[in-house]
Amino acid sequence: MSDNYPSDVLYTEDHEWARIEGNLATIGITQFAVEQLGDVTQVDLPREGESVKQAQVFGSVESVKAVSDLFAPLSGKVLKVNTPLGDSPEYVNEDPYDQGWLIQIEMTVPAEVEKLMTPAAYSAFIRENAD
Amino acid sequence: MTDAVSPSASLRHTSLFEVHKRLGGKIIDFGGWALPVNYGAGILAEHTATRQAVGVFDVSHMGEFHFRGPKALQALQNLMTNDVARLADGQALYTVACNPDGGIVDDLIVYRVDANHFLAVVNASNIAKDLAWFRDNTGVTCTIEDESDATALIAFQGPKAIEVLETLGAAGLAALPSFAFRTGVKVAGATTWIARTGYTGEDGVEIFCDPADAAALFETLVRAAEVVGGSAAGLGSRDTLRLEAKLPLYGNDLSDATSPLQAGLGWVVKLDKGNFIGRDALAAQKAHGLQRSLVGFVMKDRGIARHGYPVLANPPPASGDAPVVVGEVTSGGVGPTVGKNIGMAYVPTALAAAGTQLFVDCRGKIVAAEVVNGPFYRRP
Repeated sequence: MSDNYPSDVLYTEDHEWARIEGNLATIGITQFAVEQLGDVTQVDLPREGESVKQAQVFGSVESVKAVSDLFAPLSGKVLKVNTPLGDSPEYVNEDPYDQGWLIQIEMTVPAEVEKLMTPAAYSAFIRENAD
Repeated sequence: MTDAVSPSASLRHTSLFEVHKRLGGKIIDFGGWALPVNYGAGILAEHTATRQAVGVFDVSHMGEFHFRGPKALQALQNLMTNDVARLADGQALYTVACNPDGGIVDDLIVYRVDANHFLAVVNASNIAKDLAWFRDNTGVTCTIEDESDATALIAFQGPKAIEVLETLGAAGLAALPSFAFRTGVKVAGATTWIARTGYTGEDGVEIFCDPADAAALFETLVRAAEVVGGSAAGLGSRDTLRLEAKLPLYGNDLSDATSPLQAGLGWVVKLDKGNFIGRDALAAQKAHGLQRSLVGFVMKDRGIARHGYPVLANPPPASGDAPVVVGEVTSGGVGPTVGKNIGMAYVPTALAAAGTQLFVDCRGKIVAAEVVNGPFYRRP
C-alpha cells in the first residue's frame, strides 16, 4: 500500500491534495487514489476562470476501470489547468504530486485550509481505512 | 475518489489465490470470487503484453459440466442453438443455450471428448442457474456432473502463446486448429487438456488441469511468458481485450431477455438442425425481423462510455425537454490497442447500420458516437 505522503501538501478524505503557496493552492490526487484507480486514461477539469467549491465535484478522472469524481479540497477561482494531461493523462499515475497536478486555484476562503489533513493525519486515515 | 476494495472473507478462492497474492495481484470481488483485476504493471501493460506477446489468466472460476452417456449428444442438441452434432472427437464450438422465449440462458463452449462424453464450459456467474436448467431440460437420460471445483482453467493468450508452450513440452500445438483440443497433454509436468480457444481476440489456448497442479503450472507459464515480453494478466485486461474483439460478456451484453439474433450471434443459431429449446421463438424473430440489435460504436468526441450509460438518437433538444433514450451501453471503455474509446449497446434495428450517429450520455455530458461493423480489433 502507498506510503508516499509528501510533507508539503495537505490532504482530504477523498484522496485529493492541495499545495498551499500564499493565496494559491495547487490541487491533485494522491498516490493512494492513483493506486486505487489504476491506469488513468482521461481527466476532465474545469476551465480557467471557473469557480470551485470545497467538497464539491470539480471534475472527474477516468481510469481503464471506472470513472471517479474529483472533489475540491478548497474553494476558489481556477487560475491554471494542467493542460498537458489532455494528451498525457498518464502523468497522474507516474507523478501524482508534481507533473500530474490538476488545477491551481486562487483561494476565496483561506480558512478552509483548517479542514484539511496533515500528512500524518492522512497517513493514519489510510491505515484505518485500508484492509 | 473510489474507496479501497476490501474483499470480504466469504469470497471464494481459486486454486491460484496464493499465487495471485505472491505476484502482486490486486484482488477484487468478482461475482463472489476473489480474483486479481491486475498485477503490478496495471491493466494497460497487461493488455499490451497479451496483444504483443502472451498473457496468463486465471479463469478457474468458470464452470465445467461433463455430459456423459449415450444420449449426451441428444441432450445437448436440445439445449444448444448451435449444431453439436457436427463436432468430431477433439473439437469444440461456441454456442448459446436459450430459454423457450429465445432469451439467452448462457453462452458457452461445448467440447466433444468422445461420442458419449461432452464438456461444457459455462460462465461462473451462471453455474447454478445453468446446472438446474440443463438437468431439467435434457429431454433424455443423460448425466450432467458439475466438476467446476475439481477443475482449474488457465488462459494462455497472445501471438507467442503457442511457441512458448512448445518450449514447455507441449509439442505440436501449432498444428492444433482453432476450436480443437487435446486431452492428456503434459505441460511442465502437469497433465492437462489444451484447447485452442480464448476470449481475447488473440491466438492462444485454454489449459484445463487438476487444481493441485495449477499453482506450479501458472507460475511456470508466467516465468516463460516474461521471457518473451508477456506477463500474468488480470480481469481488467481480460475485459479490455474481449471488448476490443467485440466478444460479448454475459450479464452485460447478453441476458435471459436478449436473443442470440439480437446479439449478432445468428451464426450460432442453426434453425435447420432439428428442434431445440427456443427454436420457435428464434424462427419467429427471424421471420418478423428484429426490433433491437446489439451494435458496436466508437466515440467520436472525448468521453468514455460505461455500462449503463443512456444512448440517444439525437442530442438533447434545445428546448430543455428530456432527450429520447433509445438504448443503453452494455459494455464500454477504452480500447488500448485500437486507440479509441469503444462500446456496445442495444438500439432499435433502424439505428444499427454502420455509420449511424448516436450520442452517449456520459454522466450528463453528451458525446457523439458512431456505429461500426465487426470487431474493433482483429489480430494481424
